[in-house]
Amino acid sequence: MLKMLKGGLQTTVQDLGRTGFQKYGVIASGAMDPFAHRLANLLVGNSEQAATLEITLVGPVIEFHEDALIALCGGDLSPKVDGDVVRTWRMLKVTKGSTLTFGKPRVGARCYLAIAGGIDVPKVMGSRSTYLRAGIGGFQGRSLEKGDELAVGQVTKQQQALQQKIENEFDWLLPPARYFEEPVIRMMPGRQFDLFDRDSKKRIFSKAFTVSSNSDRMGYRLEGSKLSLETPAELISEAVAFGSVQVPADGNPIVLLADRQTTGGYPKIGQIISVDLPLISQLKQGQRLRFKEISLADAQQRLIEQEQSIQKIGAAIQLKWEEWT
Amino acid sequence: MDTLFSPLGDQAIVIELGNKINEQTEQAVRKVSALLESRQPEWMIEFIPTFATVAVFYDPCLAAYEGVKMELESLLIHLGDDIPAESRTVEIPVCYGGEFGPDLEFVAQHNKLTPREVIDIHTSGNYSVHMIGFAPGFPFIGGMSGKIAAPRRDSPRIRIPERTVGIAGMQTGVYPIETPGGWQLIGRTPIRLFLPENDIPSLLRAGDKVIFKEISEDDYNVWEENPDAKNA
Repeated sequence: MLKMLKGGLQTTVQDLGRTGFQKYGVIASGAMDPFAHRLANLLVGNSEQAATLEITLVGPVIEFHEDALIALCGGDLSPKVDGDVVRTWRMLKVTKGSTLTFGKPRVGARCYLAIAGGIDVPKVMGSRSTYLRAGIGGFQGRSLEKGDELAVGQVTKQQQALQQKIENEFDWLLPPARYFEEPVIRMMPGRQFDLFDRDSKKRIFSKAFTVSSNSDRMGYRLEGSKLSLETPAELISEAVAFGSVQVPADGNPIVLLADRQTTGGYPKIGQIISVDLPLISQLKQGQRLRFKEISLADAQQRLIEQEQSIQKIGAAIQLKWEEWT
Repeated sequence: MDTLFSPLGDQAIVIELGNKINEQTEQAVRKVSALLESRQPEWMIEFIPTFATVAVFYDPCLAAYEGVKMELESLLIHLGDDIPAESRTVEIPVCYGGEFGPDLEFVAQHNKLTPREVIDIHTSGNYSVHMIGFAPGFPFIGGMSGKIAAPRRDSPRIRIPERTVGIAGMQTGVYPIETPGGWQLIGRTPIRLFLPENDIPSLLRAGDKVIFKEISEDDYNVWEENPDAKNA
């Protein structure tokens, strides 16, 4: 069991999201940085779908009531176990009674805490993800608060064996995902790209944009260059996706993220490619970014390569596990 | 039928079945949805039907865009002219005005009517659900009389209580959960439209016929306290 001594700024239970219910208007949710979420799970011997804690900027204080294997992936929010600095992108053993704290956010905005067995909360519509606005999923449909107690799922025999055998740290870590101070994010032209005027079509790929303070898990509002349509158009609402970049009448683009609505009526100038979603999800308010054009075929090729590399990392972790147990 | 395909990012394809909201396009959207529901191609993750399009989300590791497009094209050949599944009629009881419908007065004034007339017109419409989207179970309902049409608010409200009934332009709808929103609010229903505990978590589905029925505040309160009381 995990006990929250402090909740942090926004700590929620997430998995890979709620699929199959968007046709009923139900928001997908899920980890903002699915890559970090998946690798954290693989490091502790979980399936990729197991629920993790998504920790945002100001971390919580968590007390472990049992020995456990954990991993922290994603942004580096200066984690410490019982006061000792620990590294991200590796597996750690924490002992009963120890406390995990966080400090200054050094790189990125979101860190994923995976624990062997996964965070055990009831599934709602097939997912353990928290959907804050409807108050469903995760832990009572809300962010974690002081005093909350989270159960941990059943560990496998292998997880149990390793937990008993190991003292504390493993001298092995994954190469951390690279998050950038001012990332170049690859984007495909969106479904309504051609409706924008010539200048806007150029500026979206040449100017820098800043993440405004009005940003959350639903979407990031960007400021920089205002974008406009060639001629005003009334659009019929249609589906949107994780990474859709839509432009409302004020000309400031909005990037739709994990808690996006299912449909929208604003024109979409672009669509961030799947493999670059972590780059934007890890940005803090005030950070800048640029967009670079990429074709659909390239985007899909990158996605397939990333999946293959996750498979390889998974296999490498499995080999390490066999070595250790 | 003129069907266009285009990518929505690297994991979805949009099937465009028309470019305006009309009965024929909506029928086509419902048929394509029914077909996808029954065929479930292995690369398909899920789909989102809207007014004139169906977005199909897929796994590019199982099929790339061109392959998905070709398979969908051949699937769509099976779209017959037969009428899809019979549509249901759902009655939505509404307590109009007062604190439940703070904009009833505005809608009346905007259309040079009395609040009573607005309610009478709203409860006599021939409604159908065009699509579910935006929020869980949120129905975009068409068929409202133009006599009570009203523009969206200039500045959206930060919080609209769940189950509030609103009007925007020629459409009417119900906010199933508390959310920000810009529709003109005319009343509230005691029944829930978002049912997270159900297999199908939305009370309404595209194609459903809807009837709005006026209830008193007393009836509303009884109904809300006892959701099973069908004849409050």
